[in-house]
Amino acid sequence: MSAAGGMHEVLAPLKFTLCSGEVGVLIGPSGCGKSTMLRIILGLDGDFRGHIARPPQARIGMVFQEPRLLPWRSVEQNVRLAAPDVTGAKLSELFRILELDAHRSHFPGELSLGLARRVALARAFAVEPDLLVLDEPLASLDDALAGRLRDEIATLVASRPVMTLLVTHSLDDAIRLGDRLLFLSPRPARIVQDVPIAIPRAMRGEAELASIRAEVAALQLESK
Amino acid sequence: MLRLLSFALFLVTWWIAALFVGGAKLPSPPAVLEVMIAEASSGALFLHLGATLARVTLAFVLAMSLGSAIGYLMGRVGLADRLGDPWLILLLNLPALVVIVLAYIWAGLTETAAIAAIAINKLPTAVVTLREGTRALDRSLDEMASVFAMPRWRAFRHVVLPQLAPYIAAAARSGLSLVWKIVLVAELLGRPNGVGFEIGVAFQLFDTPRLLAYSLTFAAVVLVIETLLVQPFESRTTRWRPRAA
Repeated sequence: MSAAGGMHEVLAPLKFTLCSGEVGVLIGPSGCGKSTMLRIILGLDGDFRGHIARPPQARIGMVFQEPRLLPWRSVEQNVRLAAPDVTGAKLSELFRILELDAHRSHFPGELSLGLARRVALARAFAVEPDLLVLDEPLASLDDALAGRLRDEIATLVASRPVMTLLVTHSLDDAIRLGDRLLFLSPRPARIVQDVPIAIPRAMRGEAELASIRAEVAALQLESK
Repeated sequence: MLRLLSFALFLVTWWIAALFVGGAKLPSPPAVLEVMIAEASSGALFLHLGATLARVTLAFVLAMSLGSAIGYLMGRVGLADRLGDPWLILLLNLPALVVIVLAYIWAGLTETAAIAAIAINKLPTAVVTLREGTRALDRSLDEMASVFAMPRWRAFRHVVLPQLAPYIAAAARSGLSLVWKIVLVAELLGRPNGVGFEIGVAFQLFDTPRLLAYSLTFAAVVLVIETLLVQPFESRTTRWRPRAA
């Protein structure tokens, strides 16, 4: 995949593959081209010249950095409009996991950022995506809230095998949620390291997390 | 309550002024009411009011639908904007009277000419308002709709239209007041009925009570339509906004 802009090159040629059920995490300094790469993958970048293979008719579930909800539709309508085929039972389950039951008929303007993010998550999971893209889903939330939301994301990802791409600049989020960490260099971005995490997500306690962190730190030192 | 009080104050001022100026120039409220009742019982009032309302409705619907479509197109497509812009400026600044007279000359003193002339006067303001609305559309929501593969019509109805609704309401409101003003001129110049025609007759006879009877009834109808139709539509389209305290 490559993208050559008119003025500057944002992304160096880069290549990675992701399996179904695997959570790939893109980690890199801000401004390194993560968002550009996502826009290309989502087919939103009209200036992109190059090739990108996506399964035909792949359903995409996306959580944008800003929630991007329709302010004039209720929480439930927002989810249903993106996912018209969602069943009542599935919707109830999503709202239960994401603690949105009490907010079904609220308008997005009445919600806090944390709640709006949850609605965006519910929307992305309701379409039963083949590819799930999460762009900094935990940014600008306080630690406690971010932690809770992270657990909820883990629950949802575990409930159904889906190819997931998570973008973050937090190493902590990355090692708690990811199966593979892809470290990006500053712009033009290329993958400097591809680190698989062998321990399944559910088995990662504080001790395991500490050892993964140490392992990653060692690798990063090595590459410098 | 406050509205009623302000209306009562208007009546009192009118009555006092009528006492000073004299009945020929400014008839008192009861004198005007008497003419109103006489015209209403003969049916003439409703006939003329009906004719005017029918013209307003037709011209308004025509101008709003055509104007919204053109405005949306000009807001979305750069080429349409560049092609249409000079015409828009021309139409915006063309005096209503010119359009009406030309319409009557070219299409005869017909109903079609009258309605077309009124619609053409209103069209450019609707185009301009809707073009602004379209330019202000939130692109990030368009992207959301495209990522979630929303079908075109659903995206238009749920993503685009709610963003345009306040602009449509504004265009409707300003457009309606423009149409009210222009329709009377068009009727005065070339129609055999309608409130404008009656006012023309009253002017020729210096019949002030009749003139006031028709124009006040007309104003009352405008007020009723504003409060019962336009304002509810406006508040419906902005219902989702958090209320100002």
